[in-house]
Parts: sequence; C-alpha cells; structure tokens
Amino acid sequence: MNSLYYQKRLSRNIGDKFFTSLSVICALIAILPLIFLVTYILIKGGSQITPELFALEPNPPGDDLDAGGINPALIGTLIITTIASIIAIPVGVGGGIYLAEYSKGGAFSRFIRFGVNVLAGVPSIIAGVFIYALIVSTKILFGSMYSGLAGGMALSILMLPTVIKTTDEGLKLVPNELRYASLGVGASMYTTILKVTLPSAFRSIATGVVLGIARAAGETAPLIFTALFSYYYITGFGDLFYEMGSLAVLIYNFALEPYDAQNKLAWAASFILVLSILSVNIFSRILAAFTEKTKRV
Amino acid sequence: MIKTNKKTPKNIILSLENVSISYGTFEAVRNVFCNFKKGNITSLIGPSGCGKSTVLRSLNRMNDLIPNCSLKGTVLFDGTNIYDKRVDPVEVRRRIGMVFQQPNPFPKSIYENIAFGARINGFTGDMDELVESSLRKAALWDECKDKLNDSGYSLSGGQQQRLCIARTIAIEPEIILMDEPCSALDPISTLKIEETMHELKKNYTIIIVTHNMQQALRVSDMTAFFNAIEYEDGDGGKVGYLAEFNSTKKIFNSPKEKTTQEYISGKFG
Repeated sequence: MNSLYYQKRLSRNIGDKFFTSLSVICALIAILPLIFLVTYILIKGGSQITPELFALEPNPPGDDLDAGGINPALIGTLIITTIASIIAIPVGVGGGIYLAEYSKGGAFSRFIRFGVNVLAGVPSIIAGVFIYALIVSTKILFGSMYSGLAGGMALSILMLPTVIKTTDEGLKLVPNELRYASLGVGASMYTTILKVTLPSAFRSIATGVVLGIARAAGETAPLIFTALFSYYYITGFGDLFYEMGSLAVLIYNFALEPYDAQNKLAWAASFILVLSILSVNIFSRILAAFTEKTKRV
Repeated sequence: MIKTNKKTPKNIILSLENVSISYGTFEAVRNVFCNFKKGNITSLIGPSGCGKSTVLRSLNRMNDLIPNCSLKGTVLFDGTNIYDKRVDPVEVRRRIGMVFQQPNPFPKSIYENIAFGARINGFTGDMDELVESSLRKAALWDECKDKLNDSGYSLSGGQQQRLCIARTIAIEPEIILMDEPCSALDPISTLKIEETMHELKKNYTIIIVTHNMQQALRVSDMTAFFNAIEYEDGDGGKVGYLAEFNSTKKIFNSPKEKTTQEYISGKFG
C-alpha cells in the first residue's frame, strides 16, 4: 500500500512541478517585452518632455541644436483618428446591427462575417496602398494628393472590423427576453433596437470602438502612403486636403535621422504615443469592468 | 382595418381555425380549432412538448421572431386573419399584449418601464396618471409608489412580473397572453398575480399557459387540454393537438377524454 502522504519524489509529482514552473517561466517571458518596452520608452522619452514640445513645430533635420516640438503631429494624429472614427463608427455599428439583429444567419450574413474576419487580418500597409491607389494617385479628392482625409480613410479600414465585431457580439449578449419584451408591447424592430437593445449593449460597443481607435492611432504604414508628413502647424479646415503630420510617421522619419536632436524628438513622440494608447486601453478596460458590474441594473 | 367575410359569434374575440404550426420540417401542433370568449380567462394546460406555448405565441405573432416557424390555418381576431400578408404584426402586438415566463422588465426605471410602451403607442394623455393606474391594476402601486425612479431590476421576481403585467396593461390591449407567468415565482407572489388576474378579468380577455393545474382550476373559466401523440409514420417524433376544450369545471370534474382524466389526476405529465 502506498502512503496517503504527498511524496515529492514520485515521478508524477516531479513532472507536475516541472511543467508548472515551465509555464510560469513562459508567462514571464511573454510579458517581458511589454515591461522593457514601456520602461525604456518612459526613460528615454520621459526625459525629453517639456512644455515647448507640445507647442512648437518640428525643425527640419540639420539644425542639431534644437529639434522643436511635435504640435502638428499631435494635432494631426487627433484629426486623422477623428476622421477615421467618423467613417468607421457609423458604418461599423450599422453593419453590426444588421448582423446581430436583422440577419437570419443566411449566406449573406455569413459572407459578411467571413469578410470582416478577413479584413481584420489584412496587413495595415495594404490598407494604405489601397487608399493610395484609390484616392491619392487619382487626385479624386478635389485634386489633392496626400492628405489628412486620405489618412483618415486608410485608418477607418483598419478600425472597421473591430467596430463591426464588437457591435455584433455586444448585441448578441443582450438577452432575447428583452427584445421580446419590447416587441411584445408593440414596439417596431427599429424602436426596439434604438431604445432597448442598443442602450443595453452601449458600453460593450463603446469598449470596442475605443480599442479600434487605439489601434488606428498607432498605425504608421497606412499613413506613409496617404497622409505623408508635414512640418507645419495645422491652421484651418483647408489643411485637411494637404499632407498632414502624425506621431507615428514623425517617429518613423525622425528616428532614422542621423541627428541627435531629431532622435530625441522621436523618443519624446514615442513616449506621448505609447502613453496615450496605453491610457485609452486602460480606459476601455475600466469601461468593460463597469459593464460587467452594471449588467443587471 | 382589413375585414374578411368570415363571421364569428359576437362574444368570441379570437378563434383558431385548423391551425398547424411547424418549426422547419418539425410539426409542433396540428389541426387546432379553438374559440376564445371575450372577458374570459382561458387556460391552456398539457404535458411538456404538446405545443401549448407555441399556440399561445402564435396568437400575437411572437412566433415570427423564431426562425423557421411557420403557421397554416387562420387565426381570426376582430374579424381579421392576423396571418394575412397585409397584416402588420406590430399592430397585432399592440392589441394583444403578452407577459412572458421569465420576468423581463426593461433596464430602465419602474416609471419608464410602463411609459415606454405607452409612448411608442402614441399615448398623449397624463403619463403619471397612466403609470399609477396601470400599477394599481397590477396590484403593485402600494409597493413601489415611493420608488418609481428606481430600476425595474431592484424589484423582487414577483414584483418584476407584476411590473411586466402593468407594462402590458398600459398599452390597453384587448387580450393579454400569459406564458407560464408564475413558473419562476414563489407561492405568495403567484397568489398575488392570480388576484391581479381576477381584477383584470373585468376589462380584459386573458389566455394563460400554465403547468400548474391547481392554478388553471383557480383562475380560469375555460380550459384547453393539449396533448402530444406520436407521428403516424412512427419515427418517434411527437406532434401536439388540442385534446379537449371545455369549461374548467367540466374539464376537471367530468372530462370526456380518458387522457384528460389521466393528466389532471397526475398519471402523466
């Protein structure tokens, strides 16, 4: 008879210990890049943060003493992301509503779901090239070529799948009883969606939208083909039709410069970009946690 | 209104004529003929899978929401076949309200729960008054008059169900359908809902599906007993049918069918 007490030397117990430690080590390795990356950028970029950074235009490379600031790029990122959201959110939420509420699981909706998944896997550079071919090289937008508008369109392609999917999934989580309740008191499908199901799914949709925005804001490749870059302040509405700077492209341009001042500016921009994307992600987490808690209220 | 030529007796508000309902290729109920009298409480009883809930849901076209569900035959309400292609199901549901098995208040305040239906139905009168009278009719007013702005979910299960009844009353339907309204509730809440139903009988026609035979006996004037038989082709599938329809007294005291007798005495279920 074996003893009932735990025996360390049993091969199964040794194996168990080994695999537990192995998986813990793998988990640690997986999180290391994030920790290093964030700390490195915090140290390298954090020291460059000054009030002027937010106020000035970047100086053209060559003047090694002062690289200026990132104001146009920061504003540019905000504008381009806003344009992307204005396009992607209505289309994405509308598409998600169709998939979750109206479609009956037929061939058309299966095709759309498949397409959305494919779109989510399309490399971002392809989205850039696509808009380049469609809008930039054809000068279809009032004769302008590279523009903030084109940049926003490229990013909206990347946001779209996230928004459609989270809307679809968010709406599917709304219990059917709630729909029956609304239809049962004589509400039309449209009233039911607008007044009952959408508000119930609002927070999970908002979480997805925020995540989509966070992903789009950090993209570089599509912007190189569409918005390009600009050193100058954004002064008015007309600037939408010209080259527009963005944090991601500023980092790409300046990190490759041989001048120390420009490199430092790239670090500072990285710091701002990572910090804002991180905070947007954390914001979406809080939003999601809030959703869990208030589901039954 | 779309009128058909068919004539129904005056006190019959709703009548099923040779109704068969299928889910895809599976036939759930077959050849139901049934007349529901105005101002009565009619209960539908029967073992699980006999299609009584299916029949109930077909009465205000809630089955439309279930994919593949199809209905043959006619359901006459107010002289109109509600399955006519020209009929708007939204309009049908406004005149035939429904209370579901699980209490399903909206995630809104108690007040808004009632105001919602009334508002979308174009109610323009005094909303406060309507909310109060609806809650009074559902015997919920005294319990929640001081917290009308609280969420509907803050109420107990029984109170939520009465809120759902109040919500249905607020749109002033002619018929109220109830799909096992007490199956998720404790006996005391059940009793309150039954009292509410007796009150409602004065103004509304009620059709209720229940698994509880004592409840059918307590509340209803008429009882329809549904049963299920195996298909003739014998592949083991069952199809529901209306076995017996009579006054509740007769069904429970002197049923004509042997299966009715067996069911109400608890021999199968």
